[in-house]
Amino acid sequence: MKNTPTQSRRQFLQKAALGGALAGTISLPILANTDKLEFPDNLPEWMRKPGGEFGNYGQPSKHEQNVIRWISANPAAPGNGVSWTPLHDLQGTITPNGLHYERHHNGVPQIDPEQHILLIDGLVEKPIRFDIKSLMRYPMVSKTCFIECGGNSNSGWRSNPIQSQAGYAHGLVSNAEWTGIPLKLLLKEAGIKSTATWVIAEGADAAALNISIPLEKLLDDALLALYQNGERLRPENGYPMRLVLPGWEGILNVKWLRQLRLTDEPIMSRDETSQYTELLPDGTARQFTFINEAKSLITSPSLGMMLPDNPGIYQISGLAWSGRGKITRVEISADGGDNWVDAELQGPVLDKAFTRFSLPWHWQGEYAILQSRATDETGYVQPTREALVENRGKHGFFHYNAIVSWEITEEGDINHVYGF
Amino acid sequence: MSMASKIILSSLLFLITCYSHADSDYQALGKPAADLSQQSQWNLSIAPDGKGLPKGKGIASQGKKLFALKCAACHGPEGIGASADPLMGEVGSLTSDYPEKTVNSYWPYATTLFDYIRRSMPINAPFSLTPDEIYALSAYILSQDAIIAEDFELNEETLPRVTMPNREGFISFYPEN
Repeated sequence: MKNTPTQSRRQFLQKAALGGALAGTISLPILANTDKLEFPDNLPEWMRKPGGEFGNYGQPSKHEQNVIRWISANPAAPGNGVSWTPLHDLQGTITPNGLHYERHHNGVPQIDPEQHILLIDGLVEKPIRFDIKSLMRYPMVSKTCFIECGGNSNSGWRSNPIQSQAGYAHGLVSNAEWTGIPLKLLLKEAGIKSTATWVIAEGADAAALNISIPLEKLLDDALLALYQNGERLRPENGYPMRLVLPGWEGILNVKWLRQLRLTDEPIMSRDETSQYTELLPDGTARQFTFINEAKSLITSPSLGMMLPDNPGIYQISGLAWSGRGKITRVEISADGGDNWVDAELQGPVLDKAFTRFSLPWHWQGEYAILQSRATDETGYVQPTREALVENRGKHGFFHYNAIVSWEITEEGDINHVYGF
Repeated sequence: MSMASKIILSSLLFLITCYSHADSDYQALGKPAADLSQQSQWNLSIAPDGKGLPKGKGIASQGKKLFALKCAACHGPEGIGASADPLMGEVGSLTSDYPEKTVNSYWPYATTLFDYIRRSMPINAPFSLTPDEIYALSAYILSQDAIIAEDFELNEETLPRVTMPNREGFISFYPEN
């Protein structure tokens, strides 16, 4: 029990109170000598010279240039691959647009919005098409939600724990405020025939990606998104329009959307058969596993960082999310899962969105295993790796959502480990 | 209540009524697209029953030459073990310790092959192959694991009738079971 966070929180508070008492004993400074200029020597240059010019579009500080997406693409086809959100370098819950994860099947198309249309056809009363100018006149709503690739965290299936930073193993998930038109408005305008049950969505990229989506989801909370965190979509995130299906795996949130064809059965495209299906040990495969189950991850401290002070107080911080709704609880263990303590959830806790959790931790140099475990409003509890592998085997590749374990050595180094 | 108040109140009620009427909240701006919907560039998806397949034909020997020319650089001369996804071999490997999800071992429908090659392959030139070429390539890939015979002609009629080895291997989780 020595290294459980409960005790640490109390110790943290006691230390803070002591610090306050000490501050009160410092005496007032004497008056400065005004005969000579003192400040130019003591103030930094940026306080003594006018700053830089205005900018048409702001960029991060040059001191933050290492906060980047990490790209993993096929050298023979550089447009086929992924880039990972550096979750370990970020705070709060909103992913900046330049750092939203990417999965492209054949590059980022540079679409001229004037030439792009959306066609809705198939089992409808009247096929209709929309251009961007028309769509801009429809009522829009905003939804803050995560989008997670079905293949996120897939290194977890490997036999040895990957020694990558948190975002570069688990950052095929990002969280943004998406603004656009509720899809049901557009589908109803076309007139949905009673036999329609599925919709084949198709993108206007050089993979013409096509995938089947249950009509029910599109009539529920799906958006035709035009804006991402307040600005028009980035090209790599679907400009000029994409699907956003809150809580459902990334592949279904079709970017560069050009067509929605209503049908009465799935099309059995490559990305719903060969890919995004999960092979089980008995040789069968799970198909149409659309929902991203509850998951959490400690982003700090995490691999690639170290604990500089021993003893020291560290703010454990991380992200939790669930495709089934709101996160209701995140627990933290410092002893490999024997004892758990509730973390603080940062509000507002939103449906199908990143929830930031935190807990102060007083580390006294002991060996520790830090873990987080999420529970969502349906009561679903994030599984251990052992339970997940027991259920699914090791060859499913997709939908890995197990608890992540960070080993803290007595020297303050951090490693990714299994077995807890 | 004064007359002025009554007028203001009735105006407010009118506005509330007006703006809460669902059909008047926005203007339907979709343009008729029945003709567009018939055009081939808007009919790229091919269903398991073959709906959407264009006319054409091809056999494995034709496909073999095309494969060497257009596919082998990424998929490897044997269609497996290179930078791109594996295509051939490993039928029956799905229950082993080292399962390989090739087209022939894993894909449930042969129609998907035509659909995917046409829209995506070769990766540096999607939509560059003719229907005959795609039927021939599909015939070559399928014949390598004897799913069809070497001299079997694939066309818009025969392709949907090909039974893939893993046809029954998928369990739908929608609706959730």
